[in-house]
Amino acid sequence: MNPAPEVGVVLPERQYTPDNVQLMLYNAALWNGHRIHFDLPYATEVEGYPGLVLAGPMLGDWLHQLVDEWLGDAGMITSVSYSNRGATYVGETLTATATITTFDAASGALEIDVAICNEAGESVAPGTIGAQMFMVSD
Amino acid sequence: MTGLISEELLTNIGRQSKPQREIVTRRDIRKYAVATGNRQRKYLDGDVAPPMFHVPLFWDVVELDQLTPDGVSIDTLLPKFPLERAMAGGLDIEYLKPIRPGDWLTSVRTLTAIYEKAGRSGSLIFYEIVMDIRNDDEELVIREKTTRILR
Repeated sequence: MNPAPEVGVVLPERQYTPDNVQLMLYNAALWNGHRIHFDLPYATEVEGYPGLVLAGPMLGDWLHQLVDEWLGDAGMITSVSYSNRGATYVGETLTATATITTFDAASGALEIDVAICNEAGESVAPGTIGAQMFMVSD
Repeated sequence: MTGLISEELLTNIGRQSKPQREIVTRRDIRKYAVATGNRQRKYLDGDVAPPMFHVPLFWDVVELDQLTPDGVSIDTLLPKFPLERAMAGGLDIEYLKPIRPGDWLTSVRTLTAIYEKAGRSGSLIFYEIVMDIRNDDEELVIREKTTRILR
């Protein structure tokens, strides 16, 4: 597990630049037919968005990925709390970030502040993830 | 209470959906893992489900004529609210057990809260839906609370 769990540790970031294909496959996996995710004339001309809107829960998934990759087989995510604060669009590059805010070495419980930020640096999906390290007992 | 929410509206609190039972397949896990850009082999191979896999598993499947013109399925658990424009919402999820191919899972959704708050440009209505997902041994696998804001 790298870096080792400690309060204040910042986990490696990850950038996402989803394209139309990824957005389509994501919504197809959900069975989500909302036009704002695939119908560009509808999204821009009827709804007034600047482009195809990324699905909110996809950003939520990315919050998990950052922490889950770091945990590997050493622990598991036990909870998440997040909100979608603003729309994001195909063509944007979004950055997932995570910082450990609490770590109880005795129990292995962790709390991690997570966020998805847009290119302007605004947090469009802030949240908190709870995780539990698997404790080795002997 | 400033009056947007009637007593009658509040009687909808506690409404429950019919249980929805679904099977987890390796193929569905793989599709979800690929679509979300996941990089971990155990998910890409579908050996175990990544967090949030319950989102596609329990997304409502309705027939074409039940979709609105913008392609959205109407949530029949919800009453008619005096405000209709949905703003961003939040999710709170507890993960209690891993999900693997072959698992049968059953979800029940409950409308648990309706309340009002003053926003910067007028009143806002909040509602909360809790979805409990259990396995065939009746063990809780995931509890998810969705909070939505209407303006």
